[in-house]
Amino acid sequence: MAEKHIDEISGVETTGHEWDGIRELNNPMPRWWVWTFYATILWAIGYTIAFPAWPLISDATTGMLGWSSRANIATELADAKQAQSAFVDRIAKSSLQEIMADPQLSQFAIAGGASAFKVNCAQCHGSGAAGFVGFPNLNDDDWVWGGTVDDIYQTIAHGIRHPGDDETRVAEMPAYGEILEPDQIKQVAAYVVSLTGTPSDAGLVEPGSQVFADNCAACHGEDAKGNREMGAPNLADAIWLKGEGEAAIAAQVKAPKHGVMPAWLPRLGDPSVKQLAIFVHSLGGGE
Amino acid sequence: MRDLDELGDANVKYLTETIILAVGAFLALLGAAFAHDRLFESHMWVLFFVLLGATILMVRHITFAPASPALPSHAGDGYFDEVIKYGVIATVFWGVVGFLIGVVVAAQLAFPDLNIEPWLNFGRVRPLHTSAVIFAFCGNALIATSFYVVQRTSRARLFGGNLGWFVFWGYQLFIIMAATGYLLGITQGREYAEPEWYVDIWLTIVWVAYLIVFLGTIMTRKEPHIYVANWFFLAFIVTVAMLHIVNNLAVPVSFLGVKSYSAFSGVQDALTQWWYGHNAVGFFLTAGFLGMMYYFVPKQVNRPVYSYRLSIIHFWALIFMYIWAGPHHLHYTALPDWAQTLGMVFSIMLWMPSWGGMINGLMTLQGAWDKIRTDPIVRMMVMAIAFYGMATFEGPMMSIKSVNSLSHYTDWTIGHVHSGALGWNGLITFGAVYFLVPKLWKRERLYSIRMVNWHFWLATLGIVVYAAVMWVAGIQQGLMWREYDEQGFLVYSFAETIAAMFPYYVLRAVGGGLFLLGALIMAYNVTMTILGYQRDEAPIPGATPALQPAE
Repeated sequence: MAEKHIDEISGVETTGHEWDGIRELNNPMPRWWVWTFYATILWAIGYTIAFPAWPLISDATTGMLGWSSRANIATELADAKQAQSAFVDRIAKSSLQEIMADPQLSQFAIAGGASAFKVNCAQCHGSGAAGFVGFPNLNDDDWVWGGTVDDIYQTIAHGIRHPGDDETRVAEMPAYGEILEPDQIKQVAAYVVSLTGTPSDAGLVEPGSQVFADNCAACHGEDAKGNREMGAPNLADAIWLKGEGEAAIAAQVKAPKHGVMPAWLPRLGDPSVKQLAIFVHSLGGGE
Repeated sequence: MRDLDELGDANVKYLTETIILAVGAFLALLGAAFAHDRLFESHMWVLFFVLLGATILMVRHITFAPASPALPSHAGDGYFDEVIKYGVIATVFWGVVGFLIGVVVAAQLAFPDLNIEPWLNFGRVRPLHTSAVIFAFCGNALIATSFYVVQRTSRARLFGGNLGWFVFWGYQLFIIMAATGYLLGITQGREYAEPEWYVDIWLTIVWVAYLIVFLGTIMTRKEPHIYVANWFFLAFIVTVAMLHIVNNLAVPVSFLGVKSYSAFSGVQDALTQWWYGHNAVGFFLTAGFLGMMYYFVPKQVNRPVYSYRLSIIHFWALIFMYIWAGPHHLHYTALPDWAQTLGMVFSIMLWMPSWGGMINGLMTLQGAWDKIRTDPIVRMMVMAIAFYGMATFEGPMMSIKSVNSLSHYTDWTIGHVHSGALGWNGLITFGAVYFLVPKLWKRERLYSIRMVNWHFWLATLGIVVYAAVMWVAGIQQGLMWREYDEQGFLVYSFAETIAAMFPYYVLRAVGGGLFLLGALIMAYNVTMTILGYQRDEAPIPGATPALQPAE
């Protein structure tokens, strides 16, 4: 098998072996292939001298350039912070009203708030801050806990029902499933709907208004327009935090769901919370 | 059915096998009865019914004739080809299944409502897709072709007798257990190594049997030298065994429960996983498939391999370099800088060793370039090599840290993987299947050569759409993630970057759909060939009778 054999088409000698009819030409390796391979090896050696690469007993070579990914990110972060520091320092020292009165500072705060919102708030309130069932829309003027910039700051800073924060917003609607009869819950749901729409059965509205006056008005007000001091939502504006319609309202009366929002001050710091408050205030519903 | 009957006539040592299966089924039943957790119980029920079905099938074929002397089960050339026939059918079947699940997963990403809880949500179906394509489709293709190639190039019958059947059926059992486990929610959470400890142990047993069959055939060869394809197959089998065992070292919570904990933790665990993950690509999808290429390309074009020297150098360089490249999957993570650097430079050095295979494959066509025009099977193989070259250039490029900082975690990576998997692994496997089917079933030619041409264009168009769309999607995604405005503020929320991907995700599903359509045409063509039909069709212009397989 080992005798030499010339391939007729290419005129190149084969290695003399044959497997199931397959022969191998004795061509040299393409020069460009060999040289490129050498070049990548040389480059690799150079790179490993310049950068951290070779493991030693307890650590590794640090490289001639002294580069490290951690130092690099620290520098980048410091640079980014430095670039914004003029504005951020002024925001830290100024009151919300002072910031809003300064057009340049206010423009920066809105841009910064929008950015922080995308990272921290959009998950629940949506990229456009339009909210979702259970998560308030921040574009409208219906505020559960108040719509002045100070109210908004307070809510963001300390959260809602955030455990471990003494100043967090807390409201607890009782579970009326244990207090009212099922019929009464239907009636009061129909009454609440009747304030802004058409209930399924007009006959339920009259007894429902009595149930409301006896049980709900204390917090939501006799006119059902809510009470921001107590975090009791306005029920007469056709904006529904926990879902629309009699069934959703009845469910909330029977066994209320209580949303939780984290306290952001410890996590983001005062300048960011200020920017967020000013951004949310600027969305359209700020008071 | 004919094949099964042949099987029954040829192998009469069925009693032992049947008893082993029945005992296995009984043990699975015990496993279900004494299970530590509900998932293990469900999974053991699956195993029980699979083994019970297999036992019943075997009982129907038991014969009590004396064991026949060591006659080859397949008369003629003396090669053990029955198991390869099964392997080819399994390759086509799992290919269609894997591509179909891929299209479903792509559609789920574009339309999240298609996530059907709990069994068919994305988290469970995605590993089903990756494992179906990598392990079921590519794995069966590798086992079948390696069995075919090693016999021919060693001029020896497959070593170990019925061990070849054990490898085939044992591997199918692994696939079934892995797939049903994913759907039940059983996972180690390690990419491409999702099956839990007991399925891993089973695969280890099957894999060692595979190694024995393959190595035994090489050791009993009648050729003085080992052909290059077999070097690659052997490197693939040995290295995958090592990778599989080390990456899956884990302590089960209970021997009758699904959950286990990895032997590694933290960044060591991550590095072990990506050492495995990258070399699953390197040795399963690259080395193994180069073995396939080194046999089927010279056979189909009927030309000698271009350069023996290149094949030696690129083989050793490839297997030496690949094993170090894993850390490039962990750039800019808690992995120490030095390990990231080494992962990157070894990836760059891997470029030429990878391209050695491309050069040898393409240049083998020297003197027969016209066959790209006249033989759709050659065209398919050449396109496979072209995608191999492209993917093995793109890979080192993406391992460069500054490129990776843009590409990592984006759909660019998904596009890269698919130009390799669909383009290289898919097309070279299709070429091998089209080569093998007429030979194994002793048909004059395929049912239809023109359908191969259709398959070629549908698959190529599908891959091009897929890869191009994912490049655009990935780069846009990466740029959106790092976009800051002039005041230094982040411009896009994460949800906005996802919303921006919608048109690309739809187009990706379209590209995958084209690829699936091509595979369905192949399944039809292969079925009709096996059934013995020949489509009445005009020959490809310029095709010479010499292209037909020898009678």
